[in-house]
Amino acid sequence: MKSFVAGLSTALLLASAAQAQISDNVIKIGVMNDQSGLYANISGQGSVLAARMAAEEVGGKVLNMPIEIVFADHQNKPDVGSNIVRTWIDTDKVDVIADVPTSSVALAVQQIAREKKRIFLISGAASSDLTGKACSPYGFHWTYDTYMLANGTGNALVRAGGDSWFFLTADYAFGHALERDTGESVKASGGKILGAVRHPLNTSDFSSFLLQAQASKAKIIGLANAGGDTINSIKQAAEFGIVAGGQRLAGLLVFVTDVHSLGLKTAQGLVVSESFYWDLNDETRAWSKKFMERQKAMPTMVQAGVYSAVRHYLAAVKDAGTDDADKVAAKMRSSRINDMFSKNAEIRADGRVLRDAFLLQVKSPAESKGPWDYYKLLATIPASEAFRPLKDGGCSLVN
Amino acid sequence: MDRRLLPAIVLLGVALAAPFIVYPVFLMKVLCFALFACAFNLLIGYVGLVSFGHAAFFGGAAYITAYSVKVWGWPTEAGLLAGIAVAALLGLAFGAIAIRRQGIYFAMITLALSQMVFFFCLQAKFTGGEDGIQSIPRRPLFGVIDLKNELTLYYVVLAIVLSAFWLIYRTVHSPFGQVLKSIRENEPRAVSLGYRAEHYKLLAFVLSAALSGLAGSLKSVVFQLASLTDVQWQMSGEVILMTLVGGLGTIFGPVVGAVVVITMQNYLAPLGEWVLVIQGVIFVVVVLAFRRGIVGEISAWLSRLRA
Repeated sequence: MKSFVAGLSTALLLASAAQAQISDNVIKIGVMNDQSGLYANISGQGSVLAARMAAEEVGGKVLNMPIEIVFADHQNKPDVGSNIVRTWIDTDKVDVIADVPTSSVALAVQQIAREKKRIFLISGAASSDLTGKACSPYGFHWTYDTYMLANGTGNALVRAGGDSWFFLTADYAFGHALERDTGESVKASGGKILGAVRHPLNTSDFSSFLLQAQASKAKIIGLANAGGDTINSIKQAAEFGIVAGGQRLAGLLVFVTDVHSLGLKTAQGLVVSESFYWDLNDETRAWSKKFMERQKAMPTMVQAGVYSAVRHYLAAVKDAGTDDADKVAAKMRSSRINDMFSKNAEIRADGRVLRDAFLLQVKSPAESKGPWDYYKLLATIPASEAFRPLKDGGCSLVN
Repeated sequence: MDRRLLPAIVLLGVALAAPFIVYPVFLMKVLCFALFACAFNLLIGYVGLVSFGHAAFFGGAAYITAYSVKVWGWPTEAGLLAGIAVAALLGLAFGAIAIRRQGIYFAMITLALSQMVFFFCLQAKFTGGEDGIQSIPRRPLFGVIDLKNELTLYYVVLAIVLSAFWLIYRTVHSPFGQVLKSIRENEPRAVSLGYRAEHYKLLAFVLSAALSGLAGSLKSVVFQLASLTDVQWQMSGEVILMTLVGGLGTIFGPVVGAVVVITMQNYLAPLGEWVLVIQGVIFVVVVLAFRRGIVGEISAWLSRLRA
């Protein structure tokens, strides 16, 4: 009530400035992600901080209405996540939902947000279906997707001379999709697939799989798996001396925090695709330093994406003069994204944000100059090549 | 009026008024899990069979309903029936194998079989892997009742769950239920009296599986999604927790247990992993101090008062 009165009085004082149409006199941003499980490091509290930093940049207020940030832990379960989002929208008056790693949860949220007309700023989730079959006029896929990971890494590595591949694939839909997509882009750029081996989800012993990969003599071993499986396979590959023996590992879903926890000695030589790295230019360094001071870790691309998305959303609310989802979405689409994360990036009809992606290689301990100095840039993949062509997604918003 | 009906009437009143105070989607979740726990309780509380595989029926039915409604475009009621049918068939297969053994062996067989169902769901194309089946449409029930309205859906779910409760109540208090209890107390004696214990156990198992399937199917209609969480072994663990916390072998115990566990999961969600620790502590306390569970202790206390 207090904030309502305060908001009302400020609104009355400045009523002449703009006839702001903000529901419930507050812009409520709900950051939902994994706060305690395997994605807590890549999203978690860091994403909440990133959203907060975006809000602080505009003085904590848009159109004289206060910005409030709430967060929740979906525990990587779609039912928990969809329950939280329904409650947020129906009873807590949340205006916009941000982050949401784990594709299954994001797909569930996408549908609720479409039904209830709320903007959904996706940063943490990977599935390219979010701008394909499951696209929504209110859903924006900000940071990366599976197509970018597969295509970026596959295509760019072949060009860099890695023309024979062997896949180590987690034996379930996500792994199969990554293997298929990466394989296609490898073949399209003239590379060869020498073979693949499937391992069960949550494997602790990769020795037999790694030995097959080693025996294949492929130049690149593609890790079409995620989370603990990727970490384990990289660790054990180091023990087998695979990288030291001249083969390269390509992590199809690896984040800078994974490299941090693996250590350079184990992870060196690994090639990854990301859309953000803190040490790209002066702007990213300045922002990341501020982030580091508060979070005690460098931002991941997911966290930087949350910052960028929230910032763009708030700017669109300001320009539109309302938090009405249809008008804000239109404004978001019609204006370019310009911040430390993206330069002159546009949002496509299907909700895909088009921005450059980077092919990065993990440095060796000798190359690294200090903490968090982990990557060297191998190639920049331009936005036009990094993402799936608009017509191939099967999004109903595209005619 | 029968004094024993009083708690039931009070509960019914609470259930009818609840959606105006508490968020209906949360209440529907509680109802689905209450039904799941009651179905499980039918087996553990009245036949004395501890199954570690009930997630397979719950999740399997959720997938079938989700797929038939979303992909084949079946109406909601047909989807629910398909879910129940598949859960019952799974129950028949599980039961036929598992009831040959008792105690820990029975539990392990059900666990192993449900893990097979889990891996099937993980691998099969139609389940969508770890993405699950999403955006299941809420088609009108019987072509007229609009389920898109959450309040309407709540009363539909309430009606279905209450009928299932009634079915469980009737089963437990029928001659069939008496035989089940006698098998629980002393199986060789029941056999010596001429009852075919295996047949009774199998029938109870199938019934419990079918009702768990109903709970899973309803859940997929309410949340519009079916995912691996539903078939994972943790789900089997959760339902055991609910039943034990509420009170084994009592009619309302599992309902209370479901309310307690789901409320905790919902309102303590910001604490993340700590929810599991808190659940664990509660489990230990209940097992050590309140062996009969919440409802069991209360009814024991009430009967001491009367005595």
